Amino acid sequence: MLLRRMTGLPTWDWTSPSEQMERLRRQMELLSGGPTGGRIWSTPTAGVFPLMNVTEDKDNYYVRAELPGLKADDLELSVTGDTVSIAGERKIPAEDEKAQYHRRERDAGRFSRIVTLPAQMNTAKVGASCTDGVLKVTLPKAEEAKPRQIAVKAS
Amino acid sequence: MAETESKSIQVKEKAEVTTPAEQTRPGLVFTPAVDIFETEKEITLLADMPGVKSKDLNIDLRENVLTLDGDAKLPEGAGEVDVIREYRTGKYYRQFTLSQVIDQAKIDAELKDGVLRLRLPKVEAATPRKIVIKS
Repeated sequence: MLLRRMTGLPTWDWTSPSEQMERLRRQMELLSGGPTGGRIWSTPTAGVFPLMNVTEDKDNYYVRAELPGLKADDLELSVTGDTVSIAGERKIPAEDEKAQYHRRERDAGRFSRIVTLPAQMNTAKVGASCTDGVLKVTLPKAEEAKPRQIAVKAS
Repeated sequence: MAETESKSIQVKEKAEVTTPAEQTRPGLVFTPAVDIFETEKEITLLADMPGVKSKDLNIDLRENVLTLDGDAKLPEGAGEVDVIREYRTGKYYRQFTLSQVIDQAKIDAELKDGVLRLRLPKVEAATPRKIVIKS
């Protein structure tokens, strides 16, 4: 549809020719890939900690989150039909009281987040592991949500 | 002063290194968040590097420049397709210039749950000594 808009008839708008060229250049850049290599990296995030990635294959959904400093016991993870809820608290242990800080960039605090998956899950068979500060939740898809091949009969 | 209720943690997007030295393998490079503090005896550095295993982490100290270089391997399997992608995975790289002289033999590094704890003991001569004045 971008193509149709580009090659459509020129409209009677009062923008200058240089502005139209700029618009055309931007549309061409979007089509051809541009500096980001074809992916428009502007997917809005929920802006909530933790940032999560959801991927899927034929049988499962995988939800991953980066939670450095958190062990499996510090997390509360629960699933319902098609939502996954993660909550917990990151604590940064207090150091020696005589310590002088040069830099303090790491954050601590509570977090709680729910992410909704596109399909239902088989909640009985959900598994989760947390290694090296990365949480991975494996959620098998419910039978109805799995793709089924349908044989087309030649008549 | 202890807080009775802990605050919520804010999201911080991973900071990508803007002009790294060219890598031999293509990929993203991020700057890990660090806490650095100093006591009389040592400097301690804590870095958040989730997804990095000990074997993929290189720590280098030469000529007072400390280099952290960790490789977080892509956790996704071969057949997986993105549904939501909010963060990306890549290497972690950061360099620091140390103003103190460090006793290299006693450096201690521990990587646990994606957090690196690096203890750099100062050379004995640098630890402050109280000079007692005899009268």
